[in-house]
Amino acid sequence: MSHPTLAKGFVNNKPRAQWHDKALWFVREKRDRMAHGVPEWEELRQQASAIKIHTMSQLPNYLEQFEKNAKALGVHVHWAIDGDEHNRIVHEILQQHNVKRVVKSKSMLTEECHLNPFLEKNGYEVVDTDLGERIVQLRNEPPSHIVLPAIHIKKEEVGECFHEHLGTEKGASDPNYLTEAARNHLRERFCSADAGITGVNFALAETGGFVVCTNEGNADLGVSLPKLHIACMGIEKLLPRASDLAVFLRLLARSATGQPITTYSSHFHGPREGSEMHIVLVDNGRSGILQSPEFRRSLNCIRCGACMNTCPVYRRSGGHSYESAVPGPIGSILTPLKTPESHSSLPFACSLCGSCTDVCPVKIDLHHQLLAMRGFLDRKKLLGMSKKLSMKFVSGLLSHKWMYTTAGSAARTALRWLPRFAVYNPLNGWGKQRELPEPPKSSFRDQYAAHKKQSGDKS
Amino acid sequence: MSSSSRETIFTNLRAALPESSPLPDLPPSGPWQTFDDPFARFCEVLGTVGGDCQRVATIAEANDQLAKIEPYQAAKVKVSVVDGLGDSTIDINAIEDPHDLENVDYAVLRGHFGVAENGAIWVTDDTLKHRVLYFVPQHISLVIPASQIVNNMHEAYDRIEVGKHAFAGFISGPSKTADIEQSLVIGAHGARSLTVFAVDEL
Repeated sequence: MSHPTLAKGFVNNKPRAQWHDKALWFVREKRDRMAHGVPEWEELRQQASAIKIHTMSQLPNYLEQFEKNAKALGVHVHWAIDGDEHNRIVHEILQQHNVKRVVKSKSMLTEECHLNPFLEKNGYEVVDTDLGERIVQLRNEPPSHIVLPAIHIKKEEVGECFHEHLGTEKGASDPNYLTEAARNHLRERFCSADAGITGVNFALAETGGFVVCTNEGNADLGVSLPKLHIACMGIEKLLPRASDLAVFLRLLARSATGQPITTYSSHFHGPREGSEMHIVLVDNGRSGILQSPEFRRSLNCIRCGACMNTCPVYRRSGGHSYESAVPGPIGSILTPLKTPESHSSLPFACSLCGSCTDVCPVKIDLHHQLLAMRGFLDRKKLLGMSKKLSMKFVSGLLSHKWMYTTAGSAARTALRWLPRFAVYNPLNGWGKQRELPEPPKSSFRDQYAAHKKQSGDKS
Repeated sequence: MSSSSRETIFTNLRAALPESSPLPDLPPSGPWQTFDDPFARFCEVLGTVGGDCQRVATIAEANDQLAKIEPYQAAKVKVSVVDGLGDSTIDINAIEDPHDLENVDYAVLRGHFGVAENGAIWVTDDTLKHRVLYFVPQHISLVIPASQIVNNMHEAYDRIEVGKHAFAGFISGPSKTADIEQSLVIGAHGARSLTVFAVDEL
C-alpha cells in the first residue's frame, strides 16, 4: 500500500497523531540540548562524514582487513549476499550448536532480513530483549522506529499487552511497574537461552572487533551467559580505526536520544573462553548502492534515528506507514532503492524541508537524495498517473510565460470567488486537512513592477 | 556457498568504487572539549544519567561508604574483586558456568578511568573471570582512581588498547529504558544502581 493510504488511518486519529508528534519532538529537543553542549559539534559531524566517505571508497580493503583480524581473534566470519542467505547461515550455526532458544538484541539488519519469522518457522523460540522490541513482538507487529520501536504505543496499551502475556495486573499502566514485569520475564529468557544474537553498531577494520551500544544492557546479558554469540552486520558498518569510535560514540547517543553516551558501549574482540563467536556480514543490496554516485552516501547512516525524530511527515504519519524496517527520511531512500515497485510513494511524502539533513550526525544530504529519488523512480517508470500528468501540466505551464501569467491571474480570482466545495474537493489533495493560503490581490510580477516604478520615481 | 558469496560481494564492491578520499587525522588533543575540573564534570554527568559518584581518600573509606548503601545492606549474594572493599559471599574463581551468577545482588568491580564529557567508565574483562558480572547483578559499584579522569572520548581512546581484551567497554550509569512512552525507568535488565568510588589513594 502507498504511504498516503497507510498514513491516512494514523492521521485520522487526531489526538493520537498529535501525541505521537509531541513524543518525537521531545526527543528531538533533547538531541538539540546535547548537541549544543558540545562546542565542536559541527566539527564532529564533519569528521564523521569524512571518515565514512573515506571508508566507503576503500570498503573492500577494509572488509578484508576486518575479516583477517577477526579470524585471528578466533571469530568465525560468514558472508551473505542477501537476507535469505543471512537467515540460512544463522540457522545453520544454531543447528550445529543444537540451539532451541535464542535471545536477541536490537538489530535493524535482522529486521531487514526478516530473521525472526524465519527462525520461528524453523521451530526456534526467538525473544527480542530490548523492551520496546519485546512490546511490539508480543503485539505481533513490526517496530515503528529504529531506536524507539514502541514509540507509537501508549502505556495503557503496553499494560493490556503485558496483562495478556506476562500476567500483570489488569489496567496497570505505570512504566516502572511494567518495566519491572518485563525485567523479570526477560531475566528468565536470558538465563535459559542457548544463544545470543546481536547487531553491530560499529566494526573496526584495524582490530577485527565490533561495538554494540545499548541502554538496557540486554545485548550484553544476552551474550554473556550462553556459549554462542552471533553478530549480524551490514557491510557498511565498518570504521577504519579504533580511534574513530571517539567521533562516532560522541555523536550516536546524543543524536539518537539526547544522551551523552549509551549506558553500555561494549567492545567485543573474540569469543569468551569455551564459547564461540560468529559474525555474519551481509550485503543485501549495499554493494549496488555503493555503485550509485547519487545515493551511495545513504550507506553512511549510523541508524541513530535523528532524521525520523525531526521529520514533520514521520512524526505525523507514524513509522508503520513506511512499511519498512527503516522508516522516515533515510528509510525513504534505502527502501525504494531496494524495492522501488512497492515503495515508490515514500520520497513523495517528503516536503523537502531539509530538517533531516540538518540533524544527520554523518551529514548525509538526505533531502537532496529524496529529491533525486523521485527522478530515479520516474526513470524506472514508477510514477503514478496523477503525478505524471500534473508534472506534465506544470512543466507546460512554466515553460510558457503567457500561460503562467494567465493561470496565475485566473487562480487568484477563482480562489477568491469560488464556493468552498469547488476548491476543497477530493481532486485537490492539498486541500485535505489544511487551508489554502489567501490569494494575494496581484501577482509578484505586478507588485515588483509597481515597487520598481515607485522607487524609480523617488530617485 | 559462502565463499562464492564472498567473492560476489567483493566483485560487486570493486565494480564502481567511489573516488578515493582521505581519512581525516584525529589528534587526541584535537579541537575537542575540555573542562576546568574534569572530575567535577564527570560526577555531574554521571548524576544526570542516574549514577552516583563518591570521592573517598582510601579503600577503607570507600568500605565505610559502601556499608551505608541500602541495596548493599540488603544484598544476600555479594561479590567483590577489590581487596578491602565489601564482602564476597561466593568465590567467583571457583565458578565455571556464568549462569551460577544469576542471583548476585551486589558486585564491587574495577574500572580503569572515567570520561568527564559523558560520565562513562572504561572496564575490561581481565579484572574479573566472568564478564556477566557487569550486567547481571542487581546493583554494582565500580572503583576507579580519582586521578584518572580524561576530558573526552578522544583522550579515552588515546589511552586504551582496543582489541587487547575479548571484552571491554564503557559503562555510563545504571541500566535504563524509556521505551514506554518515553518515561525514564532505571533498572531495565542490568544493574538497578551504579555507585562509583573514586579513590584518591589507589
